Amino acid sequence: MSENFLTQPDEQGHWGVYGGRYVPETLMAPLEELNAAYAAVRDDQEFQAEYAALLRDFSGRPTPLHYAARLTALANGARIFLKREDLSHTGSHKINNALGQVLLARRMGKRRIIAETGAGQHGVATATVCALFGLQCVVYMGAEDVRRQRLNVFRMELLGAEVREVHAGARTLKDAINEALRDWVTNVSDTYYLLGSALGPHPYPLMVRDFQSVIGREARAEFMEREGGRLPDVLVACVGGGSNSIGLFHPFLKDAGVRMVGVEAGGSGDKLGEHAARFNERGGGRPGVLQGTMSYVLQDERGQIAATHSISAGLDYPSIGPEHAFLHDAGRVEYVAASDTEALAAFRILSEQEGIIPALESAHAVAYALKLARELKPEQTILLNLSGRGDKDVQGVADTFGMKDAGDEPARRAGVEPTERSGGQPTERAHGETVGGVELP
Amino acid sequence: MSRIAETFARQREENRRGFIPFITAGDPTLDATRELIVELARAGATVIEVGVPFSDPMADGPVIQRASERALKNGVGVAEVLAVVADARRKTDVPVVLFSYYNPLLQFGAERLCTEARRAGVDGMLVTDLAPEESAEFAATLARHELDLIFLVAPTSTDVRLARITERAGGFIYAVSRAGVTGVQSETSTEAERLVKRVRAASKLPVAVGFGISTREQVADVWRYADAAVVGSAIVAEIEKHADAPDLVARVGRFARGLLPT
Repeated sequence: MSENFLTQPDEQGHWGVYGGRYVPETLMAPLEELNAAYAAVRDDQEFQAEYAALLRDFSGRPTPLHYAARLTALANGARIFLKREDLSHTGSHKINNALGQVLLARRMGKRRIIAETGAGQHGVATATVCALFGLQCVVYMGAEDVRRQRLNVFRMELLGAEVREVHAGARTLKDAINEALRDWVTNVSDTYYLLGSALGPHPYPLMVRDFQSVIGREARAEFMEREGGRLPDVLVACVGGGSNSIGLFHPFLKDAGVRMVGVEAGGSGDKLGEHAARFNERGGGRPGVLQGTMSYVLQDERGQIAATHSISAGLDYPSIGPEHAFLHDAGRVEYVAASDTEALAAFRILSEQEGIIPALESAHAVAYALKLARELKPEQTILLNLSGRGDKDVQGVADTFGMKDAGDEPARRAGVEPTERSGGQPTERAHGETVGGVELP
Repeated sequence: MSRIAETFARQREENRRGFIPFITAGDPTLDATRELIVELARAGATVIEVGVPFSDPMADGPVIQRASERALKNGVGVAEVLAVVADARRKTDVPVVLFSYYNPLLQFGAERLCTEARRAGVDGMLVTDLAPEESAEFAATLARHELDLIFLVAPTSTDVRLARITERAGGFIYAVSRAGVTGVQSETSTEAERLVKRVRAASKLPVAVGFGISTREQVADVWRYADAAVVGSAIVAEIEKHADAPDLVARVGRFARGLLPT
């Protein structure tokens, strides 16, 4: 694999066979215009300085790197470090991308911003940057996500955005993206589509990854400073569309010794419709085209896009960013899944052990990191991207724990039925394994 | 010469204009689709666009979204659509174009799709989300099977893009009347006429105008400057309204005839 491939797509936005632009003709010229505008600011010092200043003064960057001592003790293996994206303004990494793209929209003279949102974190980030710059903001959100992320709907409305509920399909993130694309195709002359993940037609996957790469650049420097110039052994991040993970991974891609693991939503089972693990081939994931890009897609045998399930709205999406598809096939990044149950347990463990309530999305990464830490040696290190905070999920988790009465033994539950895979090749399921039999201290 | 090219050539000789209705296969049933193709041909269709339903029709408005959902509930996929076209083909020579999104076609397999489409009597395909830049392989497969690949052009298409598209296009050019999704609209924009003029400067292929055309007045207006008018959502809405009527096919036929200027 060429080194260049690991960093840049081709001119049409392809990473190998993945990526590209699969959209109706009406959007092709606007995407070319966006691509040209982005290319112009990518190396523009004034733009980058303005962006860096906003990240610092408005969002509070750099975010810290926290050594999770009690979590490490609990796992009794590799040391675990948390990159604290949850401390960013608005509570997740989504603000990094929203700030970058809103600056671009302003340069392009667009006054109306539209966005899609799943968990509501990208919607809140977009509403926030629109308030900051006095721009009109419309956010599309699936009705099911509106129900389970009520707090974020209220936050968006407080920030002056109009939230449009989407009732089509499964009424989640995918359907919100369809509606946002329909809005964009209709209002393309004055509207900027501020896409929230490393998905969609070129140049979005590239642009979003660039804006999120601040996570990995900071984490790399912070880790090396703390650990006497050493790099972490493993990076772990949750993967929905894949923006926080690619943001963490990308600046480490050339560090051959650094292993990387993306954690998908294993949901409630392995059957199509029960999960959102796109690299689970037995579960219906294979290459296809959805919403402007070629990537791995959960679909039935006829190419109809499958319903997905995850307890976390932000991971509940049937496709994944095309750069991840490429890194998967190239074997550079491993992809595994954590189930709803494992994520819920990790949600409680991190809260109790570190005093940090994670977003349910990030809890999937925590669940896997705990498991992995047990398998590694104490001198080894795991750097986990804690992509968002969990305030938005507290009500939903309380309801779930209340209903299922599942909260008594979180550590044991974190290890229930690991669904571990590597490079798309299913490995043996380690039945009966727990978080390494970890007992709460 | 392809059946589509022959049809437009004959129409041009006779100084007539064309009418291209769109229906979603399997809405409300596959039997109805077969009869609707035959009836729309009798009503004067130049070409019939048959929609292959897709779960995520991002370029379609609510009417065609609902039709796609109904068809998918009926279990309609590429194989079923090809079978229904083959059936209808015994009773009509009207050119048929499959209208879909890329993923269901890609998963069926381009080679198999073209072989079976050709055998079923399909004449061409229009893939909404397959821009010329991504179409090379698919286009080559269609060409090997002598199927026309029809492309969309839009008011937002630059001249560079128009050249790129018309260079690869077969059959006819489908000019999208306005930026937006499919759906009924009271007026056709003046953008459409400007766009058709730009296409004419780049290509000799016939030009059809669609998106938002639902009345006889709008068809007449399109006929002033283009070779054909495409009517989709208005016909699909009529099918939706009378889905349970025993005389559905006759009603849709009457509706279609009513769209044609005398």
